[in-house]
Amino acid sequence: MAAPPTTIEKQVPAAQESSSVALAFEDVFLAFGDNQVLNGISFRLAKGETKAIFGVAGAGKSTILKLALGLLKPDSGHIHVLGEDVTQMREQDLFELRRRIGMVFQESALFDSLTVRENVAFRLLEEGTVSEEEADAPVREALSFVELENTVDLFPSELSGGMRRRVAIARAIITHPEIILYDSPTGGLDPVTSTTIIQLIVKQRDVYKTSSLMVTHRLQDAFIMATHYFDRKTNQMQPLPPGMRGEVPMGFLILRDGKIIFDGDAHELAQTRDEYIREYISV
Amino acid sequence: MELISPTEIAKEKVQAVQDYSLIAGRSIANLFRVPRYFADMVYQADLIGFGSLPIVVLTGLSIGAELALNSANTLQRFGSLSLIGQLVSVGMVRELGPIITGLMVAGRNASGMASELGSMIVTEQIDAMRALGTDPMKKLVTPRVVSTVFMLFFLTIISDLLGLFGGSVISTLLYGLDWHQYWSSAWQILVFQDVFMGLVKPVIFGFVIATVGCYYGMTARGGTQGVGRATTQAVVASSVLILVVDLLVTKLLMSIFAYR
Repeated sequence: MAAPPTTIEKQVPAAQESSSVALAFEDVFLAFGDNQVLNGISFRLAKGETKAIFGVAGAGKSTILKLALGLLKPDSGHIHVLGEDVTQMREQDLFELRRRIGMVFQESALFDSLTVRENVAFRLLEEGTVSEEEADAPVREALSFVELENTVDLFPSELSGGMRRRVAIARAIITHPEIILYDSPTGGLDPVTSTTIIQLIVKQRDVYKTSSLMVTHRLQDAFIMATHYFDRKTNQMQPLPPGMRGEVPMGFLILRDGKIIFDGDAHELAQTRDEYIREYISV
Repeated sequence: MELISPTEIAKEKVQAVQDYSLIAGRSIANLFRVPRYFADMVYQADLIGFGSLPIVVLTGLSIGAELALNSANTLQRFGSLSLIGQLVSVGMVRELGPIITGLMVAGRNASGMASELGSMIVTEQIDAMRALGTDPMKKLVTPRVVSTVFMLFFLTIISDLLGLFGGSVISTLLYGLDWHQYWSSAWQILVFQDVFMGLVKPVIFGFVIATVGCYYGMTARGGTQGVGRATTQAVVASSVLILVVDLLVTKLLMSIFAYR
């Protein structure tokens, strides 16, 4: 059995602090009209860490991902992504930064007029560094990661919901981004497909050490991620050995009324005395 | 029904003009920035240009023929039937060719652009494109604008020629006018100003059609219903704008050339 991944260091020297942070929100406010969606939220995502974001519908979970990508601008506050303040960047400069980030959208958002091959190769071909023939190998590698090698010539409309979600993951990881943002990757899927998707996310976390933010409604998915690691030998997700609970880089973030009411690991979440959180996790 | 204050309506209109101006301005500015997406331009040119050819051929022919048919009666009363070629020629080249072609292409392509881009907006494909590091303005809008301007120019020339041909068929078959007389009078009446006016208009109309279609597509909201609304608005707005711009351009060019 391969050794499980080591936990993220929580106490880092100040000099190394900025280099160990993949993404940081600092006092971010955002309103849509009269609706105050985010009300001064601050958190950090360490390099290599995966953080699951929870909250009721409309709490601003997906908005956080769009803010991190610079698809939306906050009313105030700062968002640092890979050392750059995205709130101060022009759209033209953001395109460069976004090439270092992968995003899996809630409804996959695959280009419906392009085949699976063209969807997955899109970023590579747009960067202009490889030809269509040269892109074939990385496309097949990314599709084999999500176990969909046989779908290259199909259109998104010919795939099931779970397969579309996996193609979206392949499209996000093809350039090995430093951060991946998952927006409800298991939403609306059956338990078996959900587990497959979670296994892929755990694989990405433990094999490629990619930092990621994952918006989800399914607490059980995040707990599976906190209690399992990816074993390269068996190519399967395995439960952490006894005594190693909390040893994977997995954090939890809970939003309520535009504020963060919890930011910690699975152990801290289980121990919390906050009534709202206890009710939330017991549902 | 919720009442909206006049201030809000005015704000929305100003915002719409601002957004349209930004899209129109960036579609031109992107021509000077890399990447330029030539393959997408060629693809769109094929879709817009060759795709619109049948409808342009049909309307050009029928408008020329109808123009000849309607004017022949009046000209005959004054014994000036021989002027029919001149009338069809000036009418088609200066006004009817560009405007009819523009309206046909607007009906077919402004709606297509609005529905395609609108669908991409509501299914988050545009956000996905931005997230993948690609500028949708460069990849989707600029190729459509360039292709529409380029292809409408040539479609208008085809429409003008077919209109003249339609007029010649009516003149010779129904009114017994000499074929050569028709074509030589149609050719000789045209001066540089007529041809210039007839060729400037499709360039402006093409820009209007593509930018309006893309604007309504890129600002579509509210699911499939919103896409349907955007499609309808794109056709209406581009058609009305073509008529308004035509009037302004005609007046401007007539003033510049001190038209007779």
